[in-house]
Amino acid sequence: MYAFTQHRPATVRQAASLLTKQEEAKLLAGGHTLIPTMKLRLAGPKHLVDLSKVEGLSGIEMKGRSLVVGAMTTHVEVETSPIMKESIPALAGLAGKIGDPAVRHRGTIGGSIANNDPNADYPAAVLGLGATIITNKRRIHADEFFKGLFETALEDDEIITKVQFPKVNKAAYVKFPNPASRYALVGVFVSKRSSEIRVVVTGAGANGVFRVTTFEEALKKRFGPKSIEGLTVPADGMASDIHGSAEYRAHLVGVLARRAVAAAA
Amino acid sequence: MSATGIGAAVRRKEDQRFVTGKGHYTDDVSRPGQCHAYFLRSPHAHAKIKNIDSEAAAAMPGVLAVLTGADLAADKIGNLICGWMITSKDGSQMKMAPHPAIAHGKANYVGDPVAVVVAETLPQAKDAAEKVKVDYDLLPALCDPAKAQDQGAPQIHEVAPRNTIYQWHLGDAKAVEAAFKTARHVTKLDFINNRLVPNAIEPRAAIGEYDAGSESLTLWNTTQNPHVARLVMSAFVGLAPEHKLRVIAPDVGGGFGSKIFIYPEEVVCLWAARKIGRPIKWVAERSEAFLTDAHGRDHVTHAEMAFDPDGKVTGLRVKTVANLGAYMSTFSSSVPTYLYGTLLSGQYEIPAIYCEVDAVYTNTVPVDAYRGAGRPEATFVVERLIEVGGRQMGVDPADLRQKNFIKTFPHQTPVIMIYDAGDYHASLKKALELADYAGLAKRKRESVRHDKLRGIGFSTYIEACGIAPSQAVGSLGCGVGLWESAEVRVNPTGTVEVLTGCHQHGQGHETTFAQVVSERLGIPLENVSVVHGDTDKVQFGMGTYGSRSGAVGISAIVKALDKIEAKAKKVAAHMLEAAEGDIVFEDGKFTVAGTDKSAAWGEVALNAYIAHKFAGQELEPGLKEGAFYDPTNFTFPAGCHICEVEVDPQTGESEIVAWTAVDDFGTVVNPMIVEGQVHGGIAQGVGQALLEGAIYDKDGQLVTGSLMDYCMPRAQDLPALKVEMTKTAAPSNPLGIKGCGEAGAIAAPVAVINAITDAIGTEDLPMPATPQAVWRALQKANDRRTAA
Repeated sequence: MYAFTQHRPATVRQAASLLTKQEEAKLLAGGHTLIPTMKLRLAGPKHLVDLSKVEGLSGIEMKGRSLVVGAMTTHVEVETSPIMKESIPALAGLAGKIGDPAVRHRGTIGGSIANNDPNADYPAAVLGLGATIITNKRRIHADEFFKGLFETALEDDEIITKVQFPKVNKAAYVKFPNPASRYALVGVFVSKRSSEIRVVVTGAGANGVFRVTTFEEALKKRFGPKSIEGLTVPADGMASDIHGSAEYRAHLVGVLARRAVAAAA
Repeated sequence: MSATGIGAAVRRKEDQRFVTGKGHYTDDVSRPGQCHAYFLRSPHAHAKIKNIDSEAAAAMPGVLAVLTGADLAADKIGNLICGWMITSKDGSQMKMAPHPAIAHGKANYVGDPVAVVVAETLPQAKDAAEKVKVDYDLLPALCDPAKAQDQGAPQIHEVAPRNTIYQWHLGDAKAVEAAFKTARHVTKLDFINNRLVPNAIEPRAAIGEYDAGSESLTLWNTTQNPHVARLVMSAFVGLAPEHKLRVIAPDVGGGFGSKIFIYPEEVVCLWAARKIGRPIKWVAERSEAFLTDAHGRDHVTHAEMAFDPDGKVTGLRVKTVANLGAYMSTFSSSVPTYLYGTLLSGQYEIPAIYCEVDAVYTNTVPVDAYRGAGRPEATFVVERLIEVGGRQMGVDPADLRQKNFIKTFPHQTPVIMIYDAGDYHASLKKALELADYAGLAKRKRESVRHDKLRGIGFSTYIEACGIAPSQAVGSLGCGVGLWESAEVRVNPTGTVEVLTGCHQHGQGHETTFAQVVSERLGIPLENVSVVHGDTDKVQFGMGTYGSRSGAVGISAIVKALDKIEAKAKKVAAHMLEAAEGDIVFEDGKFTVAGTDKSAAWGEVALNAYIAHKFAGQELEPGLKEGAFYDPTNFTFPAGCHICEVEVDPQTGESEIVAWTAVDDFGTVVNPMIVEGQVHGGIAQGVGQALLEGAIYDKDGQLVTGSLMDYCMPRAQDLPALKVEMTKTAAPSNPLGIKGCGEAGAIAAPVAVINAITDAIGTEDLPMPATPQAVWRALQKANDRRTAA
């Protein structure tokens, strides 16, 4: 690890100001990706802006027909939240499948989606539920937020403060973990909110999280696993590595989507 | 059996300190004035080192020295060696290439040290290492052992044309040829025994210290055999005369073989400590462990088994290419030869066996012994062939095994070994009952109902442990004897210290060795302490590996205890004024036969030291005896493991739903510890079968270089294990102990693969059988069916 200065702002405004003023500054929001990378000297930010002391960034509350989750809410808080388990159990379940207990107690939803790891679980839920990402500057719909591998719509001095999830009629997440890392080799999140159906895949896409519109269309007729029987996604466009070829990932998308729909239906 | 004696499941004495963080590992040691070493390693698999410019690095803050292979050579520090000479079939000796502790002239694998930076702090050493400029001239890399001998393959070492270290063989080629000519059925298989990264929980570490006053060196080191480390570093590397070099192996957090070997870093820490006059500490990071700990397995094998019309095995031939990596590690040469070929008879009466092994260099980290070492590979060959042979001939795999079992002992196999005791039918029978083999068909039907495929796999394995009779291994090329030593020191108050040349790094010797002493002397377990891991305390020993500590190490203790008892009886005879021959020792009490005269253990111990009852001319004072025990044979633990799996054909996932292990370890000192060893071994074997596989890409980069990509088994990967035992005592040692540390890792991989292939109905399945691999195997089988 290279030497760095750690800042602990008390407000989002202070945090944003530090991001702008300090050269090579990075937000620390759990650190389960950033800290290991720094330990390997693969990243060397001069300044770390630690969000853990910023007031009001964590917690889960119902606002109208939406569940609002603070950006610094840990995975374990989402997993065990009674209101989350009641309102969107698929999201609570997803949080409970991230990493291991140490990761779930330190990692945060804001940190995860800002990082946008192509194998992370949260992007599947954020896009799969059609959530809205609220920052210190604006509101960004999930459809506009994820921009490819480790890329998002966030600007340099923009900080996620909340994620707003609409309540849905049905939702489920089925994950096929990478045996070693426990990230998603493939994960499929499905949801149904009145006429809006979303089928979202993480882990498999060569360009990160994506919607499977062919599956969504097929499910509009009838929301059941039979509706997408035999449907697949093209291997072209899938990620490929030692853990799963593009063909295998494409195949798993079909299998997991059917299982997710069955679980949600 | 006493409450704490042989056979008692007493809790491990050492666990209190381990689980409360009071263990004392190498990294817990800090020496006055200690500084830190960081190794700059080659990022290239194969490259000429044209120049190293360390000027800028040397000027960095806190830097004490930047040393290279040229400095090492200038100081005439010797190369690391492989201690087991293998002779090729043409009579030539193995081609051992120079292995300098720091690469000099050429780097041969990713991770090969090219320089060491010593600085006041570790971050300073790392900062400076970034300033060392190494000018490399890249050479084509060779990583695939199957291609190592190809014409035009990159040549790694001058001494080894076509990268071939040796071409060894064992057995009778002609007899095998004849057997195959008359065979009714021949089963042929090609497979790769996948390469594994050991991953002990404690990474390797070393502290070198030089005392200018006594001109002596001390090394604290994560080693499984401190005395052998001292011998090699003294006699071959030439760091110091043996009596001026002390090696301390404190608590060591797991080894699994990977800490047997003498590594470059410990040599460099000692050498540099003397050079700069400061103690130097080095602790591997996990990434370094992946890149530089000796890996295991990595065989490419073609094997054939011949059967007669009755299903009796008549012949076996095996051709293996073994990858030994970029240099020959300490015992690497013996693993794919005498620890492999000699076990190819399995539990079976096979009249003719012929085995050929070519060992090759590649641009990968050295490969050496890893839990099981050669025996898992041999078991995989034999147990895959017999299982597939049974399936091809339509014979039940359990029946086929029984038909071929060796039933009378001693049994001379065609591959050197003389099995001295065993009852293979007993372990198979018990395992079949425990696994409810009779109910398998019903369970298979139930699985189909919920869209799963169920399969069962057997492994009736054998291993050779208690390594090893010195004369025997000497005749096969081993550079050392493999006896063990013990010293029993009785204190005047009757408490006992046992010094052993074995080394514990997870095995629980502090408990089991004490149990043997407790039972023999009739004293409480807490009155016995076991001393090991320090060349200044224990005179000499051969360390712990090859499941040898029970069979060989405890036998040495028993031999020393025999002497203690004999001497104590003499002391008691003087105390009780009786003839020595009338003294009976039982339950910690010396009595005069036929009288009520007695002396307690503690009284005799005290009298041995106060020496008031005898004159020095009659009997020497004191009660301390040592012994060297050299085994007369290997021991042959054997058993039957049965694995049952359910496969999800849609995803390729395999779940192990049941595991039955029935092992014959001879006499068991502590059944709880033995059961733990079996559990750990199975977990490692399941890891090899389902999860673990080291992958180098074509450029020689280790793709599976971290736990994010290299999958170790987790608790959830295993079902509750049914572990039972049968017993035939080992005739070759006093207590009848066979050894248990490696059995699970030997038995397990092939049981898993046999189970999955049974489930999916196709034999073409690699290890690790990841979900993707199983899915592909199913796809291929489907394609074949469609084509047909």
